[in-house]
Amino acid sequence: MGIDLDIHGIQPGEQTNPWAPVQYVSNTQTPRAPRAIDRPDGFGVLLTQVNKILDWSRSSSLWPATFGLACCAIEMMSTSASRWDISRFGAEVFRASPRQADLMIVAGRLSVKMAPVLRRIYDQMPEPKWVLSMGACASCGGVFNNYAIIQGVDKVVPVDVYVPGCPPTPDMLLHGLNLLQEKIRKHIPSPPDPLAVTGQKYLGSEG
Amino acid sequence: MAMDIIKGLNTTLRELGKKPTTVSYPEEKRPLPARFRGRHVLHRYENGLERCVGCFLCAGACPADAIYIEAAENSEEQRVSPGERYARVFDVNLLRCIFCGYCEQACPTGAITLERIYELSVTHPEDLVYHKEQLLEPLGSATRGSLDAWVAPAPDQTPTPLPGRQGFFDGLEASAAAVGQGDLPAETEIMIAGDTGDPHDTGVAGEEK
Repeated sequence: MGIDLDIHGIQPGEQTNPWAPVQYVSNTQTPRAPRAIDRPDGFGVLLTQVNKILDWSRSSSLWPATFGLACCAIEMMSTSASRWDISRFGAEVFRASPRQADLMIVAGRLSVKMAPVLRRIYDQMPEPKWVLSMGACASCGGVFNNYAIIQGVDKVVPVDVYVPGCPPTPDMLLHGLNLLQEKIRKHIPSPPDPLAVTGQKYLGSEG
Repeated sequence: MAMDIIKGLNTTLRELGKKPTTVSYPEEKRPLPARFRGRHVLHRYENGLERCVGCFLCAGACPADAIYIEAAENSEEQRVSPGERYARVFDVNLLRCIFCGYCEQACPTGAITLERIYELSVTHPEDLVYHKEQLLEPLGSATRGSLDAWVAPAPDQTPTPLPGRQGFFDGLEASAAAVGQGDLPAETEIMIAGDTGDPHDTGVAGEEK
């Protein structure tokens, strides 16, 4: 597993890279505040070891909530089928109830009408919980750059892992799941809640 | 009674000797199809010049507006591409990208291809905006990428316009000299099918002098 998690947000002005690009943020990119990942310090030897075991067990039994919104859900179903067999990573139990789920795989474009529902289901999931944004539409709107589609579910819920593709193949989704597992094992916290930062609240959500 | 059990286990017993269908993904990668479309790669000519001439056709063809280009003029001192211009900034927002391959079809010089690179998940969305330095193949390599996979004729059922060899000059076959840098010697004297090399010959059939 050669997944490099130590990718920090690009800081404009840092000229350490001789191949530094002329422009840092693409014009076609949805503007987002750069986020840095910080690992919390341990709470002593004993709790650190307990945390390691907890993180390992959490990462090895990620139960996804079914949140198939569009065509990406077909690939998500294919990932759980026998050829790709997501149960090899302990994530085969797709839960219809958010109260029993740890991971929300947002598979598909999120319309404005669906956003409160997504937020409500996210709020109903017990802590700790993670969100995997699957596909171009869920991650940033994709081709649907219009009034009806939320330009990225990270406007609504904090997203841990972004999987590009339209739709991502099962291998891509499994790569994203492995990345999330590694992130959990390294005890890297989720990004801040976008609604808590702005103080906004979706109608119908419990948060 | 015993027969019923064997009958009931018929499918199980039949499948016992077979190999599992599961591809154990991180350890074992499945064989990808030849025309798999993954991450973009920008290509070079044999003499190290970039194939991209900054014509914006891929950005225009992109249905997701995922490609951002800033072009700059080539000069004699600093020549990056054989054409008049080169792409000073070439950003592909892979989060927006839907991997349709229209950019590859639109490219007149075969500069951009979609390669079989698919392990792209990140924890920060801004990491998925790939800049030119990440997309460009290293200096010294001049590959054609997946263009060769698209050269083979499509099945008759899918008559789609495909990039590749068309039997006439289409830029993909040409060297850097043919694209625009006239002071370099061309590899082949005659690059257009039916061209006699005579500048007065218009090539129109039936026109006799």
